[in-house]
Amino acid sequence: MFPKWFDKWNDDNPTNIFGPAIAVGALGGAIFVAVMIIAWGQPYATSSMQTGPRGTGMHVQEFDRDLAAGDPTVIDFYTDEPWVPEEGEELAGDIYENVQVLGELTDLNFNRLMNAMTQWVAPEEGCAYCHANAADGEYADDDLYTKVVARNMLLMTRNINVNWDAHVNANYEVGVTCYTCHRGQPVPNNIWFRVGPVNSNAEGWPAIQNRATMTSNFTSLPSTYLETYLLEAEGGGYNQIAVHDLESRVQQQPGDPLIQQAEMTYGFMNYIANSLGVNCVFCHNSRAFYDGAQNTPQWGTASLGIIMVQEMIADYLLPLEDVYPENRLGPVYGDAPLAACRTCHQGYQQPLQGLNVIANWPELNVIDGPPDYSAWEEAASE
Amino acid sequence: MAYFEYQNIFTQVQVQGEPEAGMEFTDDNILGGKRYGDGGFSTLLGWLGNAQLGPIYLGWAGLISLATGLAWFNIVGFNMLSQVDWSVPEFIRQLFWLALEPPGPEHGLSMPPLNDGGWYIISSFFLLISVMFWWLRTYLLAVQHQMGKHIAWAFLAAIWLFLVLGLFRPILMGSWSEAVPYGIFPHLDWTTAFSIRYGNLYYNPFHALSIVFLYGSVLLFAMHGATILAVSRYGGDRELEQIIDRGTASERAGLFWRWTMGFNATMEGIHRWAWWFAVLTPITGGIGILLTGTVVDNWFIWAQEHNFAPDYLEPYGYEAYGSYEEFGGVTRGEE
Repeated sequence: MFPKWFDKWNDDNPTNIFGPAIAVGALGGAIFVAVMIIAWGQPYATSSMQTGPRGTGMHVQEFDRDLAAGDPTVIDFYTDEPWVPEEGEELAGDIYENVQVLGELTDLNFNRLMNAMTQWVAPEEGCAYCHANAADGEYADDDLYTKVVARNMLLMTRNINVNWDAHVNANYEVGVTCYTCHRGQPVPNNIWFRVGPVNSNAEGWPAIQNRATMTSNFTSLPSTYLETYLLEAEGGGYNQIAVHDLESRVQQQPGDPLIQQAEMTYGFMNYIANSLGVNCVFCHNSRAFYDGAQNTPQWGTASLGIIMVQEMIADYLLPLEDVYPENRLGPVYGDAPLAACRTCHQGYQQPLQGLNVIANWPELNVIDGPPDYSAWEEAASE
Repeated sequence: MAYFEYQNIFTQVQVQGEPEAGMEFTDDNILGGKRYGDGGFSTLLGWLGNAQLGPIYLGWAGLISLATGLAWFNIVGFNMLSQVDWSVPEFIRQLFWLALEPPGPEHGLSMPPLNDGGWYIISSFFLLISVMFWWLRTYLLAVQHQMGKHIAWAFLAAIWLFLVLGLFRPILMGSWSEAVPYGIFPHLDWTTAFSIRYGNLYYNPFHALSIVFLYGSVLLFAMHGATILAVSRYGGDRELEQIIDRGTASERAGLFWRWTMGFNATMEGIHRWAWWFAVLTPITGGIGILLTGTVVDNWFIWAQEHNFAPDYLEPYGYEAYGSYEEFGGVTRGEE
């Protein structure tokens, strides 16, 4: 292969090149990496947010790159200011037929909200996504299931904004609109269905875990934590999220939490942490997960959120099961699509990174009766 | 050969030739006897240890151990395969997630249905026999070689932890559901859940002791391994014959540590250190596990009661240290 003189020279000059080559290569590689990091900067730089006392390791960290990029859907949020109603202005309920929820809005604000809902939920499909005969100027009929669902979702949105203020506006006014979940898509991302059991040829505890599934967040923890904690339990009430004994030594009673409850809770807590893009120590001091005195205020907000989701599911989402066509139902049980933390938060501590989406939409911040336009009335009178 | 390769990576001397078959068995030669195979050589193995592979002695204890161990392995594997509906690609894809789980808590200590932990009980029975007979084998072979029983007792220390996890503690707790699942990720889930359920195992003093011995074993292992390698140029790997001689590897190794820290082990003593640290790791760990849920139900509160869980006076919550806008949040809304 090589010329003779080359082989001969090699035979005459035996040299071990592998040892030095490995040494020089390793050292040279290390120097190259060090120089590059100094010259170009650390490509995976992180920042962290302290969430508890020094010495406890409580902080949430992010790649600077992710922080700079942010949630790409924030910029597409559609909003515009309301029209302050004039004295005696005619209301949508009097002008249009079959307006069951938004009847107390003035014509201008009613159409403003209808337009916004289209932008938020079905920007490509347009009015006809809910109003079957929109092309003929006919909006009153309930022919499409989407319109019936949308009406229920309006009630749900109002309920969240008014009655769950302590969760959605825990730090400052943020509120929710259709866009908080939908982000310009008729079917929101991150909805969930019942899936358990996930294993074939198994029953009980072995059947509901140990599979890499979407709901298990690709862990081997149980895949059924959402249905366990967010759906009403058999015999009423909700399963308690409890893991610990609150004294160092207790007499164990039937029904006390076991390792199984700990794993189920772990699955749920992991879901919440992933949904918010945080970790355990955003809410807990992980040395004593149960101890309220070592929780952050965010733990309280999250706990309210769990109850809020339970109510949303029971009062607004489950009742729609008979309304949906088959292709919108769950793959295993044909059940209605449900929401939980990730449906709104989508990986951020606050949905849409804490963007105040409710500011311009008093129509969604009222249970019934006319919306409160006083902020714009003052601005108009000045 | 580069310096670091010679010193650290592979065994430098290999002997290959006619396989050493051992002696014929006679009444006064207890090391002889029937062994299986003729033996062969592997250069690869020679880099790591002795280049000769086989012959091997199995005996009745070894055969029982292998057979029952294989039964356990197959029961676990086929249960995993059946959980993915006998799909081999899915079995490979999900292998690290799959497990043979113990029964649910509703079954207590009764025999559960096969598909709800029954196979787990059966396979555990085989595993128990397998492990115990392998232990017996280490004991009997030591007897045959007229050795001390140190290997068997050390193995028994590990078996103690195994029995605490899978047999003693579940019985004391009154439920097989307390046992550890057979699966790669699932047994790690169990470990975390176990710690969290009982209020953080790090506050269990026996867990702490176990960690001390575990990390201590690592330290001792590094010190001993490094010392012997460092004097292997003087034949330090031949240890015993030169303990009392001047200028030998052993004397250098001993003097190095005496001059470094005043104290040095001996060629005998270092192995006692290593043996005790290794053995105490699972013994103390097993005690810690056995006390958990039976005697102590929340180790963090137990630690508070015994004054070794510190209090932190600074506030909780990020608001005390910054704001969400400084960490990804967009413009603040109305206060």
